[in-house]
Amino acid sequence: MADDQAASRTILVVGGGISGLTAAVEAAEVGHTVLLVEREPQLGGRVSQHFQYFPKLCSPSCGLEINYQRVKNNPRIRVLTLAEVEAISGQEGDFTVRIRQHPRFVTEKCTACGECSKACTTMVANPFNFGMDQVKAIRNSHPMAYPNCYFMDAEYARSAEARTLPCPVGAIDPDMQATVLEEHVGSIVWATGWRPYDAEKIQPYGFGRHVNVSTNMRFERLANSYGPTSGRLLRPSDGKEVKKIAFIQCAGSRDHNHLPFCSRVCCLASMKQATYVREQYPDAQVTIYYIDLRAMDRYEGFQKKVEADPGITWIKSKPARIDEDPASKDPIVIGENTLTGIRYADSYDMVVLATGMEPTSATTARVPGHSAAYDEYGFVVKGGQVLSSGCAASPLDVAGAVQASTAVALKAIQAAAKRG
Amino acid sequence: MAYDLSFAQDVYKNSEMGHWIKMCKQCGVCAGSCPLGPHWEYSPRQLFQLVRGGKKEEVLKSQSMWMCTSCYNCIVRCPRGLPITHIVHGLARYASVKGYADPNQVTNRFATKIFWTNIVSTGRVGEAMLTMRLYFVDGLAAGIQRGLEMKDSALGMLMTKRLNPIPFRGKIKGYAGFAAMIAKAQELEAKREAGA
Ligand SMILES: Cc1cc2nc3c(=O)[nH]c(=O)nc-3n(C[C@H](O)[C@H](O)[C@H](O)COP(=O)(O)OP(=O)(O)OC[C@H]3O[C@@H](n4cnc5c(N)ncnc54)[C@H](O)[C@@H]3O)c2cc1C
Ligand code: SF4
Ligand code: SF4
Repeated sequence: MADDQAASRTILVVGGGISGLTAAVEAAEVGHTVLLVEREPQLGGRVSQHFQYFPKLCSPSCGLEINYQRVKNNPRIRVLTLAEVEAISGQEGDFTVRIRQHPRFVTEKCTACGECSKACTTMVANPFNFGMDQVKAIRNSHPMAYPNCYFMDAEYARSAEARTLPCPVGAIDPDMQATVLEEHVGSIVWATGWRPYDAEKIQPYGFGRHVNVSTNMRFERLANSYGPTSGRLLRPSDGKEVKKIAFIQCAGSRDHNHLPFCSRVCCLASMKQATYVREQYPDAQVTIYYIDLRAMDRYEGFQKKVEADPGITWIKSKPARIDEDPASKDPIVIGENTLTGIRYADSYDMVVLATGMEPTSATTARVPGHSAAYDEYGFVVKGGQVLSSGCAASPLDVAGAVQASTAVALKAIQAAAKRG
Repeated sequence: MAYDLSFAQDVYKNSEMGHWIKMCKQCGVCAGSCPLGPHWEYSPRQLFQLVRGGKKEEVLKSQSMWMCTSCYNCIVRCPRGLPITHIVHGLARYASVKGYADPNQVTNRFATKIFWTNIVSTGRVGEAMLTMRLYFVDGLAAGIQRGLEMKDSALGMLMTKRLNPIPFRGKIKGYAGFAAMIAKAQELEAKREAGA
């Protein structure tokens, strides 16, 4: 009986981004057992890829670090990385879930000394930096990663070299197998977040064809000291310093051909990224093309601050297309300035597409079975057996995601207490 | 009159696809996408805003809606899904019905006389004749010059069997049915526009 009660109180949180972390620690800190399941080798989600946070422009690692400490110090939270929920049955108060954990090929004994990585000679495209650089096939995604434990790519684990790698504590295990767990939980919080909208689908803007057309998430990595250029803002074609740059708002957002909704953060993200450029190159010129600027509620102060910078030009226009100068590889932005009616064709060193947030629950992170309700865009909403928080529920900034996830923690506690 | 407040309502109701104008969010993509963009007096975006602002004279006297070549670039890109090409053609028709369109405006003349006569008289488009009449629309000298400029394209089209040099004579099979269909369409259109 006692066992049964404890089991019914376990809360399953799927997704270890800022939303899932928040829901997990809030529920655990008031005494509930939490199982946190994350698909990647480390926690943190998209926030760990950002360079700075708006509005304060501080590093996101400190906010994440506090949460990692809370997770680490709380015996009620069990974390599974490289894991996915494969099946869900039952209902609120009494779910049975099947979880598959993919092999890491490195055990928890790892001290993150990096000896193995030094010896590894196989390089792969770095997914953490969107493939803009190469990394070792055995590594940590970034120095702030939690759990601070290395992992190996599955393909590399099959190579002969993987068996010869040095490890002072004997943590490497290329024979590690996937494991399948069955767990009983009382409630489920879906916090699988978002992924950047695929910019190649916005055909007239030429991402994927024009080498100096990039996206906002790639730009976060470019600005980051662990990014492909060690934090220097250099354009991809020739490594030239980015002195003349354009940001294009609503690239694939508020558009019936793409994401029909507003992601709420990309206007602010471009304003923030404009400050990266102006900070690094005080003589740089930044242009922001927009339909209308959306600095949601209390962020208007941030917008005012950015607007005061004379090095930033604002053009009210959704550009029609982007061409490329074949010799210089400069992208040329073409459209109509809607305040003057004048058509422009402006060339830049680089163009950043402010792409929006597509819920992963619409594609790669569907809730297994029929226990979830979705809205027309694929966000997980009220009405199903599964709760949702953060960007899995609606497009939010970090502060909004944390607030929403704290509220969901309470709902998850109540749902877990229900008798199935 | 500077502003006609009933104008927008009338366009929404009586101009073909006119109600879509309400949906425009003034982003400017259509204007930037139009290959003839720099030659328009008003871009589609501006036309739509003028309609909404009740600027009847500016809209209906404008040459803009006669500039559309039906390339459909704007339609595929408009984030709001406005059928811009059709709205613009609708406005041209609306201007004609309201007696604003200049019958000698070149697109108007081409559409309502040259193209119309060409197709209605036989039941199908006679390409060679249509092209000739279009070339000579500004007189003999201009026509010859245009013909010479385009002769390489014309030869290419002939070689690839994309242009039939022999003017199509006579009528299509079942021409009577075709004529009845056109007559019915005209009757319906007249009835609709009389109600407008
Ligand atoms: C360019 C850009 C810049 C931004 N800058 C800021 C900023 O400066 N300040 C700010 O407040 N906000 C910013 N945001 C918004 C911020 O990124 C989001 O608010 C935040 O990422 C939301 O966190 P989340 O946990 O809901 O989602 P995510 O960060 O996406 O986390 C979801 C987690 O779930 C995991 N997951 C996915 N699928 C599965 C699955 N099937 N099983 C298990 N786990 C899974 C993912 O790996 C990830 O770890 C920015 C957004 C963009 C686009
Ligand atoms: S936040 Fe700005 S850029 Fe993003 S979809 Fe909304 S309006 Fe467009
Ligand atoms: S593209 Fe569509 S929404 Fe944008 S200005 Fe043109 S008609 Fe309006």
